[in-house]
Amino acid sequence: MRDQKLWTWHIAAGAVILVLLGMHMTVMHLDRLVHFAGLNPAGGHPVDWANVVERGKSAAFMVTYVLLLGAALFHGLYGLRNILLELNPPGILKKAIGAVLLIAGLGLFAFGTWAAVAGHALARTF
Amino acid sequence: MGEMKNVTYRVRLFDPNRDAAPHWESFAVPYVAGMTVLDGLWKIKELHAPGLAWRSSCRMGVCGSCGMLINGRPGLACNTQISELRSTAVAVAPLPNFAIIRDLVPDLAPMIARHQELKPYIVRDDVQERENPTGEFFQSAHELEQYLQFSYCIKCGCCMAACPTYATDPEYSGPMPLAQAHRYNADTRDGGFAARKTALGGEAGPWRCHYAGECSRVCPKGVDPAKAIQLMKRELVMDYLHLHKKRCPAKVAPKPSSPRREGIPEAPAKTV
Repeated sequence: MRDQKLWTWHIAAGAVILVLLGMHMTVMHLDRLVHFAGLNPAGGHPVDWANVVERGKSAAFMVTYVLLLGAALFHGLYGLRNILLELNPPGILKKAIGAVLLIAGLGLFAFGTWAAVAGHALARTF
Repeated sequence: MGEMKNVTYRVRLFDPNRDAAPHWESFAVPYVAGMTVLDGLWKIKELHAPGLAWRSSCRMGVCGSCGMLINGRPGLACNTQISELRSTAVAVAPLPNFAIIRDLVPDLAPMIARHQELKPYIVRDDVQERENPTGEFFQSAHELEQYLQFSYCIKCGCCMAACPTYATDPEYSGPMPLAQAHRYNADTRDGGFAARKTALGGEAGPWRCHYAGECSRVCPKGVDPAKAIQLMKRELVMDYLHLHKKRCPAKVAPKPSSPRREGIPEAPAKTV
């Protein structure tokens, strides 16, 4: 039953990545083709400092990137866990793999979220 | 192939009472047009190695006993003609991914045990109707098609031998038990999805399948276990999301109102 739950979240995370990574790619690389208001406010290249700061001021952008981070971490680490478990480790190592990946995932998510929130707060001071 | 006089069989032999490890031996077998790999094994037993062991029974691709590795590919010895192999060399070994009992006899017990765990039979609450049937359960042609191809499985173990995941992960149920669990889940007469879900939702379930598709490629009966596994994944995900269609097991079809339809000839009188 546990794997049924984890697999469903794995698939859901994949769908979230597809949408959010698509948005990220559109903003960063398709700026000449797609003109969304507010995504490239200063004109020029999407990674120009002025554009980065303007986008950083948006709470929606921050939330989007935190969601993308969470989805990517869960999707990637669950996939990695499955690959490692196929090596058929003994029971205790199996539990250790799960625990290490969970701690690593939570740690990276906390660090990434802190960076996103800090970036948003910093952008608002400009 | 018409000019072929002899074929050389390389057979992997192993007697646990005598050998430390399996070894190969070669045998020359006179070729006859239409000869199957199984016919060749009988010839070897007759001419060279009377102690050679393998399983076989029906000789017509129905019983699933003679699954073995033929020129590197799992298949039924009775269902594989030597002319199909396009070679005068025939290498025969027991199905991989199973322990060897002797020579070409694999130990299929773990596969059968896993098959049994997944309740490969119709599960219903109405025990009375099941034990003492009053009629037939209603099922439309469309409903039949949902599981029909999976019911052609003869449990030969070829899919298990071809599965790269089962090769490395003995906890994985494997294509045959999973496809058979889906065969019953997809049967409208069955109400055992909840009972099977406990085993399927865990680590032994369909989650380890990489969709390599080798199981479907080698199946001698044209069953598509890889498809069954993907359909089962979908069913279990929908169940977790509470979107799985709850269905009542098919009801008993009412008997025809008139005892006999017109135009149907009478059955001949009983002779016994």
